[in-house]
Amino acid sequence: MPYADLDLAAGRKNGTVWVTLPNRNFDPEVGHKLYNRYLDELEYGEELGFDAVAVNEHHQTAYGLMPSPIVTASALARRTKKAKIAILGSALPLRSHPLMVAEEHAMIDVISGGRLITGFVRGIGAEYHTFGVNPTFSHDRFHEAHDLIIRAWTEPGPFAFHGHHYNVQYVNTWPRPYQKPHPPIWIPSQGSKETIDWAADPKRRYTYLQTFSPVKVVARYLKSYRDTCAGYGYQCEDRQLGWSLPVYVGETDESARREAKPHFEAFRNVFVRMPLEMLLPPGYTSRESLKNVMKAKAQMFGDVTLEQALELGLFVCGSADTVAKAFESHWREMRFGNLLVSCQFGTLPADLTRASMERFARGVLPRLKAL
Amino acid sequence: MPFTDHFIEIDGCRTHYRRAGKGQPLVFLHGAGGAPQILPFMEQLAERFDVLVPDHPGYGQSDEPEWLENIHDVAYFYLDFLAALKLEKAVIVGTSMGGWMALEMAVRNTSRIAALVLVSPAGVRAEGAAPADIFLLSPEDMTRKLFYDQKIAEERLAVPMTPEMIDLQLKNRHTTARLAWEPRLHDPMLPKWLHRIDVPVAIVWGKEDQILPVAMAHELKRLLPKAELTIYERCGHLVVQEKARECSELVVRFACK
Repeated sequence: MPYADLDLAAGRKNGTVWVTLPNRNFDPEVGHKLYNRYLDELEYGEELGFDAVAVNEHHQTAYGLMPSPIVTASALARRTKKAKIAILGSALPLRSHPLMVAEEHAMIDVISGGRLITGFVRGIGAEYHTFGVNPTFSHDRFHEAHDLIIRAWTEPGPFAFHGHHYNVQYVNTWPRPYQKPHPPIWIPSQGSKETIDWAADPKRRYTYLQTFSPVKVVARYLKSYRDTCAGYGYQCEDRQLGWSLPVYVGETDESARREAKPHFEAFRNVFVRMPLEMLLPPGYTSRESLKNVMKAKAQMFGDVTLEQALELGLFVCGSADTVAKAFESHWREMRFGNLLVSCQFGTLPADLTRASMERFARGVLPRLKAL
Repeated sequence: MPFTDHFIEIDGCRTHYRRAGKGQPLVFLHGAGGAPQILPFMEQLAERFDVLVPDHPGYGQSDEPEWLENIHDVAYFYLDFLAALKLEKAVIVGTSMGGWMALEMAVRNTSRIAALVLVSPAGVRAEGAAPADIFLLSPEDMTRKLFYDQKIAEERLAVPMTPEMIDLQLKNRHTTARLAWEPRLHDPMLPKWLHRIDVPVAIVWGKEDQILPVAMAHELKRLLPKAELTIYERCGHLVVQEKARECSELVVRFACK
C-alpha cells in the first residue's frame, strides 16, 4: 500500500523513503484517495475470486501506508464475506504489548466469522528506529510475545505470565479467537535458518512465506523448510509453504512489460531502497548474515531494471498464459501451497492494477487452482 | 614501558585487559569503537600510573555474557573488576561510552575510585543538542565525523579492513546497540543520582565534537557543579587522539593534585 503519488525525485534524493523522508511529502488529501482506492482493490479481489486478501504493517515510510494492518483488516472484515483476511503480519517486537495484538486479531477473527489468517513478523530493520525498540532484543521479544499470544488464545484465563520482557498478572483475553485453537499462523520472511527451524517445529508447523526474493532463493528456502520438517520427523504439507511477489498480467508479454516497467522500477529502486545501516541494525540478524549482506552489497543495493528482475524471478510479468506457465513450472518444482501476488506495487495506477487483477483472475487463477 | 595482555574471569565473563606502568591505578574505559590498540595517550599515562585498559564485556577480546543487557550491568561489572583486581584509589578515565560507564559506576560506589576524568562522555542528554545517529552513519561518514582534523580521518580510511577488523567492529557495534540504542546514548535516570559522586571529576570535551556536541559538556557541568571543565579548540570527539599530550598532562595534573 505505497504512497503512489510520491515525488520520486524527493525519495531518490533522500536516499530512502524510510525513516528519514520528511512527512511533509505526505498529502492527507492524496492519502484519503489512496486508502480508499486500495481498500476498493482489496475488496475487488474477493469479487474476482481470490481466496484471500492480505495486508501488512510498515512504519514511517512511503513504501507502505499501513502502520496498523489492524485498521485495514477491520475495514475488510466488514466489507468482504468469503475471502480470508491475512495480516502478514503484525510486527510483534515493535508493538508495546503483545496482548493488544492477541485482542485485535481475535476481534477480527470473531467479526469475520473465522476468516483471519494471522501473520507474525519482527518488522524490518528500519522499523527499529520507529519506536526505538532495541534491535538486539528483537528475536527475544518476538519469541516471548509469540508465546504469550498463543497462551492467551489457547489457555483458560485468567492466568499470570512472567517473562523477561512482558509481565502480566492477569492474562484473560476477551474475545477469544473464533477459530480453534486459533487462526492459522503464517511467518513472512526474507529467509533465515533460525526462522525456518522455529516455524517448522512440529509444535508449530506454521506457513512459511518467502517474500520478494529471487526465485532461486525462494526455491532454496522452501526446500530448506521441507528438509527441516523431514529432520523433525514429519512430512511438510504444501500448505506450509508460500511465496509472495509482485505480479503483473498484461494483454501480451510486450505490453505487460511496457506497462509495468516504470512502476516496478519505482517500487524496487525507490520504495524498497535503503542504506545497509538502516536495513540491518546491530542484532537484527546474526553477524554472519550481516557479513554476507556486506559482501553482496553492490548487487543488493544497486538499481535493478525490470528486465533484470524478470531474469532473477524477482517479478513475474507477461500475458496471462506466460504468467500461468511460469507459476505452473515453479509450482512443479517447489509445490508451494500458497501464492501471494502483489497486484499493486510502487506507482502502478488504479486502472492498470485492476486490469492486471482481472486478467490474473480470468487467465491465471483457474489454472493455479487446478494444480 | 610495553603493555602486556591479561585475561581475568569476572561475573562469568572472560575479560581481556592490557596493563603497563606502576603506581596509582588508572583504568581507561574505551568508547563505542573499542580499544583495538594502545594509543600514545595510554603510553604517556603509563609513565606515571599503573594503567589498565580493559575491553568491556561484549567488546574486543572479552566475552559477550548473556547477562549484559544495559549500561547498569556494565557499571556493576566494573565495580566487581576493581574489587577483583584489588585496585584502590583508582583514577577512572572514560571516553564517550566509557565516560558514561564511569558515571554509572560512581553514582553506585566510589570506595575504590579516587577521581573521574570524563572525556566527551555519553550518558546525559542536553536539551537542544542533537548527537549524531551513530547507528545510521556509514562507516566512512562516521570516521570523518570523529575527527576535527580530517587528515587523521583520511589516514584511517586509507587503512584496508581485514576480516578480523570487520568482526571486531561488528561485535563492538552490537554491544553498543545493546547498551545505548534506546534511550539513545544516555540514561534518563542518571541525573537524579549524580549528586552521589563524591570524588573529583574532570570533564574534557572537543569544541568541534560532531558526535556528542559540546553543549552536552555544559549540561554535565551544570549537573556536576564542582567538576572542572576543559574544552579544547580545534578538536573533535576523539580527544585522546587529537589532543593526546594535552589530555594526558591534564589527567596527571588533575589526579595528582
